[in-house]
Amino acid sequence: MSLEENQIVSKKIKSIVFGIMGPKFIKNMASAKVVTPELYDKEGYPVDGGLMDVRLGVIDPGLKCKTCGSKLKECPGHFGYIELARPVIHIKFVKLILDFLRCTCRDCGRILIPQNKITNYVDQLKEVGEEQGLEEQRHKVKEIMASLKTINQCPHCKAKQQLIKVEKPTTYLEDEKRISPVEIRTRLERIQDDDLELFGIDSKHVRPEWLILTVMPIPPVTMRPSITLESGERSEDDLTHKLGDIVRINQRLFENINAGAPEIIIEDLWDLLQYHVTTFFDNEVSQLPPARHRSGQPLKTITSRIKSKEGRIRHNLAGKRTNFSARTVISPDPKLNINEVGVPMIIAMKLTVPERITDWNIAYLKKFIENGAKKYPGANYIIRPDGKRKKITDETREQLLEEIQPGFIVERHLIDGDISLFNRQPSLHRMSMMCHRVRVLPGLTLRLNPAVCTPYNADFDGDEMNLHIPQTEEARAEAECLMEVQTQLISPRFGLSIIGCNQDAISGNYLLTKEMELSKQEAVDLLSAVGVTDFTKLPNKKVLSGKEIFSVLLPDNFNFRGISKSVPEDHPDNKVVIENGKLISGIMDKSNLGSGSGLLLRNIHKKYGRDEMVEIIGRIYRLGIEVLLKKGFTAKMSDTDLTKEAEEQIQEVIVEAHKSVSKIIQQYKDGNLEVIPGRTMTETLELRILERLNKARNDTGEIVAERSNQKTDTMAMVRSGARGNLINLAQMSACVGQQALRGSRINKGYTGRTLSCFKKNDLGPEAHGFIENGFKKGLKPYEMFFMAMTGRDSMMDTALRTPKSGYLYRRLANALQDLKVEYDFTVRDAAGKIIQFLYGEDGIDVSKSEAGKINIKNIIREIK
Amino acid sequence: MAKKKEQVEHLLIPEHVKLNEKEKKALLEKYNIEVKDLPKILSTDSAISHLDVEEKDVIKIIRKSSTAGTSTFYRGVINE
Repeated sequence: MSLEENQIVSKKIKSIVFGIMGPKFIKNMASAKVVTPELYDKEGYPVDGGLMDVRLGVIDPGLKCKTCGSKLKECPGHFGYIELARPVIHIKFVKLILDFLRCTCRDCGRILIPQNKITNYVDQLKEVGEEQGLEEQRHKVKEIMASLKTINQCPHCKAKQQLIKVEKPTTYLEDEKRISPVEIRTRLERIQDDDLELFGIDSKHVRPEWLILTVMPIPPVTMRPSITLESGERSEDDLTHKLGDIVRINQRLFENINAGAPEIIIEDLWDLLQYHVTTFFDNEVSQLPPARHRSGQPLKTITSRIKSKEGRIRHNLAGKRTNFSARTVISPDPKLNINEVGVPMIIAMKLTVPERITDWNIAYLKKFIENGAKKYPGANYIIRPDGKRKKITDETREQLLEEIQPGFIVERHLIDGDISLFNRQPSLHRMSMMCHRVRVLPGLTLRLNPAVCTPYNADFDGDEMNLHIPQTEEARAEAECLMEVQTQLISPRFGLSIIGCNQDAISGNYLLTKEMELSKQEAVDLLSAVGVTDFTKLPNKKVLSGKEIFSVLLPDNFNFRGISKSVPEDHPDNKVVIENGKLISGIMDKSNLGSGSGLLLRNIHKKYGRDEMVEIIGRIYRLGIEVLLKKGFTAKMSDTDLTKEAEEQIQEVIVEAHKSVSKIIQQYKDGNLEVIPGRTMTETLELRILERLNKARNDTGEIVAERSNQKTDTMAMVRSGARGNLINLAQMSACVGQQALRGSRINKGYTGRTLSCFKKNDLGPEAHGFIENGFKKGLKPYEMFFMAMTGRDSMMDTALRTPKSGYLYRRLANALQDLKVEYDFTVRDAAGKIIQFLYGEDGIDVSKSEAGKINIKNIIREIK
Repeated sequence: MAKKKEQVEHLLIPEHVKLNEKEKKALLEKYNIEVKDLPKILSTDSAISHLDVEEKDVIKIIRKSSTAGTSTFYRGVINE
């Protein structure tokens, strides 16, 4: 349990041996011999020598174990055994027994290898084992065994060998005659210890004859507890039922043998015993009808307890569930800090943090208990030093308040500032689970700052996320030091800030730093809404530029040079210049503020550290949003309007394209089209037309980019990189362009034509999916059909690709998971084999670099 | 079959060189490993057909690298 109970480790595991239990071993470890199928006597007390014998462990509260003397939950249970009247094959060893029978002599029991070659083989095995590991050694054993199966004369005693077959599930046939388990056992007994080495078996821990059961271990009652129904009736576990069958048949077999019954009857009973023992181990053997309950449902026996998705391994061990966790829909809240998570009140009152009472916090914790479980901030449970857990209710509260003293633990509700872990599946990288501070809020969703959507890859179209509350000081400290959002700012994948501005935050800052001018009053309004309290950095002027307002958020001694990709190269604002914390030129766009792009944020992080960086990103983000709130921001229909001249120009481009396409088609029909090397004439035609039509679309795009109104909000989004691109805009206002299926124009449909409204063998643009209208003007019916075709195709494509690529990534991650960079910069696997001689071939830790590079010039400048 | 001792020249095949005993010893000492801990190359690999190699020789490969310009890599020769 916990440390203070002073559990001293007095024994340590040195090694583990895997072997097979022999009859002696089974008898030695057993604490009771089971002789009767009865469970309880008339008084309801377990029968001595029955399957529920008190020596096999306790399942009733209050009783003490007869073997070890401990109580329920302390006693691990003890095995018993039964003596089988006749030996029986263990279903799980059928294959191994067959291997033994086939590879050894039926008379002398020696392995079917000549004496002089045995040492040779042994050496070979050892060599393989040492050089290539156990896996390969096992392979080699199989190889040797396979080569022995065809030998039909013993090299030792020259006895003739017969072909041995298995008739499933548990019958062995030699030359079409059945060999009884007794006979098999005597044969296995004859195999010499020395020969076992060649089977890859250590004779100390496995003897071949142990594969045939003569005694059977009875599992302790603790692993097959009976349940008392409400009616007072007892209902036994499936395993107990099965064991009852075994004991009963075994008993009958004993009696019949002793009474000298005819061989047929004994054989029948023996087969029945074999069946029960087989289904006890595995009730899903293909050739056997499964043993069933009276109700008809198959019994769950040992194999089905372990195997498959609902089995012990995948369900209980690999699939453990956790307490103190929550899951709901997420929604954005830019007013939260980046390292905070908004927790609904209803969740905050269910999840708790255990706090130990000391002399110094007793008054503080008493307040929580006074509030109780129903009033926030209260407490749900109190844990006494002896580990007893008491619920705080209206009835118990007064008493508990008097009872508490230092050493008690109070499980109090979540309060602001508590540590939590926040996670979104699929957890593909370490930033998928980060530590956030709790902020208890009204509402029913978990809230997060939209800037942390990028690391989680979250959006708000119904995504759900998980929240966990660490319960110990160690867990909290680890979460805080290793996983808090601040520690995850720089992506180890590309060495840039993975958290930055997005959406409105980018367009807001873009508009602000581009051309905005505000009065001092407005500027102070804006900044205080963002959370700035110190306005001394604002120049004392009546009218302030957006750049001056933005500069207030930057640290005073910050210097930076970069470029704004949104500005043409000849414009002075193309170069971002920050000197002594003042933005002198340059526009804040996606290339500077976006997540995973630009060195501005990376440099802030490097110079001022993570805590400062979180503050700065938060403020910049909020500034962008406040600007838009103040100014108003709408993507409207008229943003896609074009001037008359522009529309004429576009029309001209399309007409021109039509003309050149018909020219190409004419050339094709005349047979004087210049063929591209490696292509047929028809392919050439298709390629040429596609090329020409794509050019037409690009030309219209350029006209739209140049001639549409540059001052619209839609254009601001496109230019700043916040959302949308020029192609989207061109498709809305001018021309959607050629629809393509699998890299070529649309050629599917009827014979010779795509849709019935076209003439047969029409090669023209509109008959093969060229959409010359824009979305605003509207599509012609046949254009809509083509659009729907490509739309459906791409939907299917994404729907099929996502799980495939996910699985591919999972396999990659599993293959690479235990590679690590050693102190000599080599990358090695768990066995110490070298994978790479210098990490990344350049030895750079990307998370400590700037976009994967070390900027030496900057370092020198800093030192000077 | 007489071995063709001719450097395989192709822009996609990086330079392969066999290490002499001294270099090999230095390499293994530097990384504190044995030949079996190195990545492997088959003695029949056509990229080293121009070299006279045996099992447990070490081949040095000089490659172009997108991160570091050129990088060196080592492989231990194995037989099939």
